[in-house]
Amino acid sequence: MAADHAIERQSLPPDPQKATLEGRNKYLGFWFFLGGETVLFGTLFGTFLGLRSSTEGGPTAQDLFHLDLVFIMTMILLTSSLTSVFAVINMKRGNHKKLILWMAGTVILGAAFLGFEIYEFVVYYNYGLGFTVSAFASSFYTLVGTHGAHVAFGVGWITTLLIRYRKGGITLSNAPKFYTAVLYWHFIDVVWVFIFTVVYLLGVGG
Amino acid sequence: MSNSTASSKKSVLWDWLTTVDHKKIGIMYFFGGLFFFTIAGIEAMLMRIQLMFPEMGFLGEQTYNELLTMHGTTMLFLAAMPLFFGFMNFVMPLQIGARDVAFPFINSLGLWLFIFGGIILNISMLAGGAPDAGWTAYAPLSTTSPGNGVDFYVMGLQVAGAGTLMSAINFLVTIVNMRAPGMSMMRMPLFTWTTFVTSMLILFAFPALTIGLLLLMMDRVFGGAFFDTAMGGNVVIYQHIFWIFGHPEVYILILPAFGIFSEIISTFAKKRLFGYSAMVFATMIIGFLGFMVWAHHMFTVGMGPVANAIFAVATMAIAVPTGIKIFNWLLTLWGGRISFTVANLFALAFIPSFVLGGVTGVQLAMSAADYQFHDTYFVVAHFHYVIIGGSVFGIFAGTFYWWPKMFGYRLSESLGKWFFWLFLIGFHLTFFIQHFLGLIGMPRRVASYLDGQGFNEMNFISSMGAFLMAVAFILLVINVLISRKNTDNVQDPWDGRTLEWATTSPVQEYNFAQTPLIRDLDALWYEKMSGNGKMKAAEPLDEIHMPNGSILPIFIALGLSIAAFGVIYSAWFVIGAGLLLTFAMMFIRSIKEDHGYHIPVSEIKKDKGEG
Repeated sequence: MAADHAIERQSLPPDPQKATLEGRNKYLGFWFFLGGETVLFGTLFGTFLGLRSSTEGGPTAQDLFHLDLVFIMTMILLTSSLTSVFAVINMKRGNHKKLILWMAGTVILGAAFLGFEIYEFVVYYNYGLGFTVSAFASSFYTLVGTHGAHVAFGVGWITTLLIRYRKGGITLSNAPKFYTAVLYWHFIDVVWVFIFTVVYLLGVGG
Repeated sequence: MSNSTASSKKSVLWDWLTTVDHKKIGIMYFFGGLFFFTIAGIEAMLMRIQLMFPEMGFLGEQTYNELLTMHGTTMLFLAAMPLFFGFMNFVMPLQIGARDVAFPFINSLGLWLFIFGGIILNISMLAGGAPDAGWTAYAPLSTTSPGNGVDFYVMGLQVAGAGTLMSAINFLVTIVNMRAPGMSMMRMPLFTWTTFVTSMLILFAFPALTIGLLLLMMDRVFGGAFFDTAMGGNVVIYQHIFWIFGHPEVYILILPAFGIFSEIISTFAKKRLFGYSAMVFATMIIGFLGFMVWAHHMFTVGMGPVANAIFAVATMAIAVPTGIKIFNWLLTLWGGRISFTVANLFALAFIPSFVLGGVTGVQLAMSAADYQFHDTYFVVAHFHYVIIGGSVFGIFAGTFYWWPKMFGYRLSESLGKWFFWLFLIGFHLTFFIQHFLGLIGMPRRVASYLDGQGFNEMNFISSMGAFLMAVAFILLVINVLISRKNTDNVQDPWDGRTLEWATTSPVQEYNFAQTPLIRDLDALWYEKMSGNGKMKAAEPLDEIHMPNGSILPIFIALGLSIAAFGVIYSAWFVIGAGLLLTFAMMFIRSIKEDHGYHIPVSEIKKDKGEG
């Protein structure tokens, strides 16, 4: 690492994502945006908590959830957050190649998570939990599905970044873009931790 | 995109469609808001005609419900907020000495999303039925409403709301990051402060509306069971979600007006605002408390005495910071050299009118008494007193105050005074009587009433007042049209105190040739008193970097609107096509480098008349 560090070091400031006014604006604006997103998911969590016992004779959480699958999904997503942390570390060191590599890892893990989530939904649907079956079903699919949509958007976003900046090194204009994408990814991860707790653990445990 | 400077020979229309200049966007917001204000005003007039006499057959019940819903929705989301957004966009960057907002492209996108959202909402009237479930669209009334009316409501607000949220983030970042040297947070003009707090409220309130509308959409279009009690749904959840958004929303509507009045009262009393820091603090407290009181809209829903008591006390607490603000305005006027311009007349009329609305608000906050007031005309009178006496007076005051800056000509003061008095008298005539109408039991949201219940005379008087307001508004429109020749003395007509009056009228594209140096609160006034009357420059004269215009925002908004129509008519193909268009445009925006262009020093000098 240290050797790469010395070789790859470009003339970048230590915090390239905040070196320009544009970068600072993006950084701050994105934090504000995540504040709004928090309210969005908070509202969905509130709705789910209010309706989670209204299964109306349809499948219940205890019938459906298997913690082993959910644990695998959680681990995948947590790992994808870790890879994006490595990406940012390398971005601050000015190591463009490793930044792209770690971000690609994040995208792949995110896509794998998304595949698991789709698989999970199909299993539940076949078990008899259609979207319209009960208020529990509607609120479950809406909450977890909104999170899934965020994951899908994040995958698309980071993929676009990777295509756009596969060459040419780290600049003061693309560093904030990577940084905000990583912030978004961490946010998705935090939301999933809450979903894991509120939806799955509480669902299985009562 | 090569150097497309402002002087390039593009058509005027193309220039306005692609602009990312916050001043042009502000003007478009303003006129969009004015257009919808007129529509919503006509809707109100039709309702007042229907209520003039008992058992009138002027409108059917269904039509009345649609008009009532559209009047509320349009006035709040498509008139009041955009009008304030117009002022914020135009004035706020000037007041903090910024060249532009933080995200010019997103600013433009927010504008077009609002425009398209408004079009979606209003096209419902031509597409076989407007939404008819009230502006609150309570479930299950909204989820069981036949036809596509409520779908239009849901999708129109979803699109417009997304634009509002973007603009709010934009304002927040602009205020935090783009202030000129010396402009500390506690030197910002009050209007900028209220813009800041309002944007915070939008940021934390609108996502709740987004989810509320999403759940309505799921129930109506995709057969969800959120609000279907037969399937285990719960309709009170909708009310909570709606008011967690909706109560901050009403503060979003009043805080900018507070800011405008603070500017105007201080300017026309020739005094620094009394208790500036208390005003800032009170604004923040009102913003915070706005999130703490949502359930006072639901006193009669059966939450129980404990919850009712808590929310009643929290609601009454809001009177304290509001009272602080009222007394600060009065003490700003105290001993000032007051000039009674139209803008100031509106500000002075606002104080008693708004206090009346506030007092009835405290009455309504008493949850036990609310069982009597709930869903009567007393509530209608209350919120029209605060929204017209506060927000609309604020909009009119701001219109007269900033018109020279925005359009380069002064509105006629004499005609403006006619407008003011007619509107003021008409407003009080319309709504004061409605308090008593409500107390003797006339319910809200009914299309008619029976003879012999004691409602006749009061309703007739109320309708007369509405006509007076309509006449006054026509005078305002005439004023706008005939005052165009007053182009003298537009640079600083009111002997202003804040930075926006330090620029030319109409303002240059880059706002300030050199970023000004701020040395005190009311920066321009400080220079007038202890400088040479001009702002000191904080930087040498240099070329200015400007962002390029872009047509993409319109197409992003168009794509979302197409998708919205797809949802309304349950056409999957159309949804896909619309979203595809949106994401394609976002993709283009992402991968096309656009570094903007530079305005050379020679051109800036030419503008300054030194060329």
